[in-house]
Amino acid sequence: MPSELIHKFMRIDHLPHIWCAGCGNGIIMRDVAVALQELIDDPEVNLNRGKVVVVSGIGCSSRAAGYMDFDSIHTTHGRAIAFATGIKIAHPELEVIVLTGDGDCSAIGGNHLIHAARRNIGLTVVTFNNDIYGMTGGQYSPTTPTGDMATTAPYGNIDRPFDIAQLAAGAGATFTARGSAYHTRETTELIRQGIMHKGFSLIDVYSVCPTYYGRKNHKGGAVEMLQWQKEHMIPAARYYAMSEEEKKGKLLVGTLTHTDFPEYTAEYAKLIERAQAKAGK
Amino acid sequence: MAGKRKLVLDPAWCKGCGICVAFCPRNALELVGEKAHLKDPNECVLCGQCEQRCPDYAVWLEDLEE
Repeated sequence: MPSELIHKFMRIDHLPHIWCAGCGNGIIMRDVAVALQELIDDPEVNLNRGKVVVVSGIGCSSRAAGYMDFDSIHTTHGRAIAFATGIKIAHPELEVIVLTGDGDCSAIGGNHLIHAARRNIGLTVVTFNNDIYGMTGGQYSPTTPTGDMATTAPYGNIDRPFDIAQLAAGAGATFTARGSAYHTRETTELIRQGIMHKGFSLIDVYSVCPTYYGRKNHKGGAVEMLQWQKEHMIPAARYYAMSEEEKKGKLLVGTLTHTDFPEYTAEYAKLIERAQAKAGK
Repeated sequence: MAGKRKLVLDPAWCKGCGICVAFCPRNALELVGEKAHLKDPNECVLCGQCEQRCPDYAVWLEDLEE
């Protein structure tokens, strides 16, 4: 008999979820629910929950579309953003939210990510970034730090990791941010701003995977991994007050880019108008 | 009375990760038999940090019934 918030936004008959004890994904999924609650309650926004669509791909993270009680679609591996693009193009009035993981979003779906960012289509992408492929048994992902262990990197990972938010920003996303499972209030606010933003938004939220990533890399359990986030991931107000020396080894929790550029579905509607005018319709 | 709240824990949903216990600013929670438990109700200030960080939705604040 959980809280009113969970009753309101989750499919209770599908809970408790399958995520491991201490997995950060449940925390991030709740942050998404709180952000939506705030937008529904905000009289200036008055978000209609019937206009919210939740799309996911494959992986631990992507179970979230099954748990969240919205019109939702659990798609194929890496294709969440592609499906979401189709939904948004067909119905630009919908708030389309993609819940995805580091592998789903930046490896298998890497091309969809960069091109959706390049087009600046009005989706909100929330990555549950746990540095590893959890569901399939702990293989290294594009965000596994160099030198770290994974079942497919028994001598340490020699790849350089992606910073997904910077990747999206480089590809043209007009709102990018970084959150963490530990920093629930800040992350909820970033997700809220991402949903409000008209163009392509990506909030890269650092999750924790104590079962595979934590165990393989002797990072301790969920508590120790969240403690690491508390100590090394710094909310914007404090981060920007720090000296360059103090910032070493620290990561910003906050907005990375927030720019203006025409949103894709709005441009597409204008294109239709121009074409119809030319055809005399 | 309006505004009065209480902390509720549901052991059936708790997976015993210990996050709520570790990050409770008042050290009001403990794990008993791998389930989160309110050790000291007098220490709980109803800040809701445990609710925000519980990955399993096993702890929350709710309004007290009148």
